Amino acid sequence: MFSQRKFYTPYTSPTDPCPPIEVKSYETPPQLYLGFQPPCLPQYASAKEALHRGTLWPALYSPYESPYKRGDTGE
Amino acid sequence: MWYYEKKLQYPVRVRECNPRLAKFLIEQYGGADGELAAALRYLNQRYSIPDKVIGLLTDIGTEEFAHLEMIATMVYKLTKDATPEQMKEAGLGAHYVNHDNALFYENASGTPWTASYIQAKGDPIADIYEDIAAEEKARATYQWIINMSDDPELNDGLKYLREREVVHSQRFREAAEILKEERGKKVFF
Repeated sequence: MFSQRKFYTPYTSPTDPCPPIEVKSYETPPQLYLGFQPPCLPQYASAKEALHRGTLWPALYSPYESPYKRGDTGE
Repeated sequence: MWYYEKKLQYPVRVRECNPRLAKFLIEQYGGADGELAAALRYLNQRYSIPDKVIGLLTDIGTEEFAHLEMIATMVYKLTKDATPEQMKEAGLGAHYVNHDNALFYENASGTPWTASYIQAKGDPIADIYEDIAAEEKARATYQWIINMSDDPELNDGLKYLREREVVHSQRFREAAEILKEERGKKVFF
């Protein structure tokens, strides 16, 4: 299924000096998948919401929170 | 030529005087992947690129100046009333000696902006691919700044700027498709 974030589990050593982050993530926002934008994609209902999101099209919206605050489970 | 509209592209709000955060944000002002580098890169490349994508470079290069202005406003608000002591504590002591509380085109570690941050190879594919990479690097830089910031109102503006990097990357990817398209080529029988 499409997701804007991918996870991987790097090797962790029993002697790592910092407490290991077992699951690491990186962002894969929508422009990596959209190709040439098709015509007539649905737009946000109001100009105000589009301004807040930074794009007219939900298909291009990429939410972001700090991985250190959002509590990743790595599913 | 340009017309200037005397308002920000997106409202900038800052909750607290925090010169330390300004030190990080200055990366997007005068850093290698910052807004100044982006604006100058695109507005310079557009002269020697096929007609079909000149308008895109003009539009995006212009928008980057609107982003530069937002970053400037953020940095200004975070530092305008900081005392020399607060600047020093924030790691901006050297900046203060040089510039008082003025803004300067430098990166987070104080290196001044340089034209070697940008490229104009003259090869349309090379230039557009550089632009795509630049947008992804700017997107990543916004992510790392958001990760270090506890100011929800400032982060709202940073998330908006990050989203614009996503949209610009999308448009440059479309420009690459336009430049690659086979329809305009000569047909030999």
